[in-house]
Parts: sequence; C-alpha cells; structure tokens
Amino acid sequence: MGSLVVLLADAPSDTFYTKSPHWGWLIVFYFFLGGLAGGSAFLGGLIDLFGARQDRFAARIGHLLAAPLIAVSGVLLIVDLNRPERFWHMLIQNNTGEPMIKYWVPISVGVWLVSLFGLFSALAFVGVAAEQGWLGGRLQGLRTLREGGIGKAISALTALTGISVAGYTGVLLADTNRPLWGDTTLLGILFLLSGVSAAAAAITLLSGRRANRETLHWLGNMDAVSSLLELLVLIVLVVSIGSVVREVWGNAWGVLVALGTVLAGILIPLVLHWRPNLLGRMSVPSAAALVLIGSFCLRAAVVIASEQS
Amino acid sequence: MAWQTQASPPAQPGPVSTPIGSPGPATPPVASPAAQATPSTQGASGSVEVAGAPVQTGQYNAEPMGFYTDTTVCIGCKACEVACKEWNQLPASNGGANLLSGLSYDNTRRLDGEHWRHVRFIEQFDESRSQGRWLMMSDVCKHCVQAGCLEVCPTGAIIRTEFDTVVIQSDTCNGCRACIPACPFGVIEVNPVNNTAMKCTLCYDRLQAGLQPACSQACPTASIQFGPIRELKGRANMRLEQLQGQGVDQARLYGADDSIVGGLNSFYLLVDEPEVYGLPANPQLPSRNVPTGAGLSALGAAALGVLGAVGLRKHRMDQFAEEARASAASGAVDGEVRGG
Ligand code: SF4
Ligand code: SF4
Repeated sequence: MGSLVVLLADAPSDTFYTKSPHWGWLIVFYFFLGGLAGGSAFLGGLIDLFGARQDRFAARIGHLLAAPLIAVSGVLLIVDLNRPERFWHMLIQNNTGEPMIKYWVPISVGVWLVSLFGLFSALAFVGVAAEQGWLGGRLQGLRTLREGGIGKAISALTALTGISVAGYTGVLLADTNRPLWGDTTLLGILFLLSGVSAAAAAITLLSGRRANRETLHWLGNMDAVSSLLELLVLIVLVVSIGSVVREVWGNAWGVLVALGTVLAGILIPLVLHWRPNLLGRMSVPSAAALVLIGSFCLRAAVVIASEQS
Repeated sequence: MAWQTQASPPAQPGPVSTPIGSPGPATPPVASPAAQATPSTQGASGSVEVAGAPVQTGQYNAEPMGFYTDTTVCIGCKACEVACKEWNQLPASNGGANLLSGLSYDNTRRLDGEHWRHVRFIEQFDESRSQGRWLMMSDVCKHCVQAGCLEVCPTGAIIRTEFDTVVIQSDTCNGCRACIPACPFGVIEVNPVNNTAMKCTLCYDRLQAGLQPACSQACPTASIQFGPIRELKGRANMRLEQLQGQGVDQARLYGADDSIVGGLNSFYLLVDEPEVYGLPANPQLPSRNVPTGAGLSALGAAALGVLGAVGLRKHRMDQFAEEARASAASGAVDGEVRGG
C-alpha cells in the first residue's frame, strides 16, 4: 500500500487515480478497422463527388472496402460488451422504447454514426456491385444507387458518416479520466488522419496497376499529407503532455510508437513517396503496407498502454 | 439474475423496478443538482416489517442525502465493508478463498463491482519500522453532484435519484464499461455475477423505506455519518474547527464544497493531502475534452476534404478539356466530310 500511495502521490496527472475499462484487443481492432472503413468511404465519396470518370475505379474499391469492414466493426463492438444481448439499449431506451441518444457523449453519438455509416456504405456497396455487373437480373437496376442525384447523396452521406466514424473513436477516448486518453484533446484528429492515410494505402494496395495513374498519384498525395499531419499532431501530443507520455509510453509501447508508427508507418513511406525509385516496382505496395501496419500500431499503443497504466 | 432481485427485501421496491424520472437523455451534461434531482418519489408512509422489526417508512425528504466520513476516528474494523456485502448480497471474491495482499494489512485493496465499500489502510513507516503512522479511510462512491459516470453512460442506465445520489440500474446496463474510466475516483467495476457495472447505491432501497444505509448503521465509531447534506456539512465544519483548534493543521474537508465536481455527496475529513489517501487533488468531468477534441477532428476532416477535392478537381477539368478537344476534333472531321 505504501508503495501505491507513493506512486499515486507522484502521479503526473489526476487520470492516474482511475480504473481502466478493459478495452482490449477487440477495441484495438475495431478502432483500426473502423478508421480504415471510414477513411475508405471518405476517399471514395470525394472521388465520386469531385473526381473524373477515370478516378471512379478507386472509388469503387473504397466502397467495396468500407461496408464489410464496418460490418465487422459492429460485430466487434457488440461482442466486446459484457451483456451483448443488450447492445440495443444504446439505440433504444429499454424502459421507455424511445430513441437513446446523448449528443454530448461520443460513444452515444458514435453508435448512431456507426449504424448510419453501415446503412449508407451498404447502399454504396450494393450500387457498386450492380455497376460491376455482379448482380443478376432485375437487381442490375440497383446501379441507380450510384447514378445522378441519388448517387451523389449516397456518396456524400457515406463520406460524411465515414470520416466521422474515423475521428469519433479518438474523441471517445478523450471522454474519460484515463492516463493519456483524458490528458489530451488530440486523439480524435490523430486517429482521423491515420485512418485516412491507412485508407489511401489500402485502396492503393488493392487497386494494383488497374487504377488510373493520376488517381494513384492523388491517393499517394492524400496519404502523404495525412501522414505528415499525423506526425505533426503526434509531436505536439508528446510535447504537450510529456510527463504523462513518459509514464504511459516509457516502455515497450513507446518503442512500438517510435518504430511501428513513426518510422515504419510514416517516415519510410514518406521517403518512398518522394523517392519511388528506391525499391523499384515494390516502392508503392511496400509503402502502403507499412502505412497500414503503422496505423494499427498507433491504436494498439494508445489503447493498451493506457489500459496497463 | 436471482441475485439481483434478492438485493432488496421483498416488501420494498428495488432500485430497478422503480422508474425515477427520465434517464440520461433528459439530463444535460453538466446539470445543477436541482436539475439532476428528480423531485419526490416518496415511499408510502406507514410501517413495514423488515427483519422482524417495525420500521417507519417515508421519513426521508427528497433532498440531497449522503455521507460525511471523519477519517480521524476510523479504526479500520471493516464493519462497513461487511455490512455492505451482507445487505447487498455481494458475492465473495476468489470463491470465498482467502487471498492475502502480501503488501498490507488491507486485503480488500480496491473498490470494484463486488466491493462497494473499501476501508483503505495507509501504512506509513520509516526504514526501521520503529516510527509509523496509520491512516484509515472508508472509501465509497462519492455520489458526485456532477457525476462523470452518469454523464457518459450511453444506455441511460445511470440515474440521479430524488436523494441526489447516483444509481446504476442493472437491468439497463449492457456492460459497455464507459463509466469505469469516466469516474475520476476509480469506483466502478463490472460485477462478475451479473456482468453489469456496479457500485454503491447509497442503499437506495433502504432510503426509500426510511432506513439509513447499512454501512453507516454498522460503523461503531461514527466515522461514517449519514444524513441530509446540509446538516452533515455543519457537523463536518464543527469537527474541522475542533481539530484545527487542537493543532491538527493538516485537517481539511474534501468534497464538502462545490469546488470538486460540483460537490461530493459523500465527502471526507482528511488529515493530509488527498493524494496520500489515493484521492485525486483536482478530479474533473470527462466531458471537459470533448468539444475541443471534436472540433479539432472536424477541422482535420475539413482540411483533408478541401485538399482532396482540389486535387480531384484538376482531374475533372482535364477530363472535360480532353472531351472538348475530342469533340472539337470530331466536329472538324465531320465538317470536312460534309464540306468535301
Ligand atoms: S464517484 Fe464515480 S461512480 Fe460515484 S458518482 Fe462520482 S463519478 Fe459516479
Ligand atoms: S457499463 Fe453499464 S452503466 Fe456503465 S456506461 Fe455502460 S451501460 Fe452505462
């Protein structure tokens, strides 16, 4: 007890007096996949709304990624509950039957965002499947989901809910009194940026050589810009709450952030972005794979390191 | 779930079955006690048999009620812990097997889903162990006037009662565990028996029947005192003056005024810094970060959106230019054909 008291008396922040919610690897995977899904839909929607015809191939990849990933995310979220059969209590008040939402609570807003994003991304997914001719018979008509005003509306809504899902997960962590999470307001934007760069990387990887060169160039730029901003935010975070970071990341998790996220996930891909000849044909796919790994490491280090504090 | 319903004696409405005001959604993020408290769900007057003794019911008014804990008179007997476990039928941990902490005379170690009271031992010794000081403090949910747990609960399971206390309704909780990191004091944990988040209810079932909480009733030194908050504050201030008059200048109240999360309906008299007792010096609501965090994220999304759109716009313009050139060329060819 004595040692505990001394430890607490020296705590760099009041957040060290609290208990961890046991958000473990399921939540890490959810944050990663949700960010990836949101980012993919965001990029896909941007292409639909502002891009040229030859960019649409990459947009389709984005939509084909988003819907299944957010569906898996939903399952992860439900399984992580201690009482999964009551997941709907977050959407409908169990004792009144009225809708359940607290606009000031990220988790509450997030449950609705994930649901709406699931709906819109599923519509976009079906539309793409019809466009590609994967649906037989009269279902072929569902390609209207990608055309005209309806198509634009679906693209815009998917992009908007998607990018919100990518960002709210970090804000959710800020709405706590836990070390690191509750000590900064930067996790939301950090996760959002890392989600978009991971999505750009994933779309690049899956497109291979089939996507238009201009589109791949745009994806590479989106990846680079979000990675650079991510690095900037990470630096501001470490500088602004140095003593907390020392406590939470002054261990293997800190090494993971430094090597996995910063070096492998940001710096090496940036070098490959500007010197694509370094690895020849492998430059683009290697950079993309590293970005994805970096994005996963970031979420693991943020979630699990604080859990263990 | 038999365990849950057994928690209240048969003749009384349990916390779960009595609807008290509206849950979460009607509650603003930082509400005044008046706004959070739902007026008057007074128990019916009369008397009921509880454990053979006739007890007057409905004797408490719907006003802020709570605990004042004078840590200076706590002897560490843990009667409160036992009384709490007994009344609330909380299970033994480790299947009832003894598990010694090995670091302390205190083997409970923490508040959690099956320990709603915890008598904290602060054992301070010098190297030789010839000099020492013991501090003891019966820790419990603080029933914060601005409660972080209540603020974040996304199912509306956590409510504020007519006594200004904070109660988790186990039939609504789905075990998302958001309340655990939201509490600035680390009070809540999941109870392994029913797999929902649990903590002290300030014996809501007993209060509704006009009984005082089990712990304060069991406390043999009146270290834990129960009553209307305004009355308790008076008592606490008198005791503080008395101690300071005796030269205990480290004596202080923790949570008796509204400087700590709007006030604690379970407040303490301490004789050292709060940190020494494992209490945060400046606990805060988790929502303090949300507006800035959400705003910055929105800013990031907008920046990426604009950058992305500008980049794509160029592709579209190129496409249009290409098409225009192509149609102009084909137009010229057409013209030549017709002219020729
Ligand atoms: S002490 Fe923690 S659990 Fe108790 S009311 Fe305050 S925030 Fe909620
Ligand atoms: S674990 Fe239960 S009480 Fe706690 S926030 Fe989630 S639903 Fe509410």
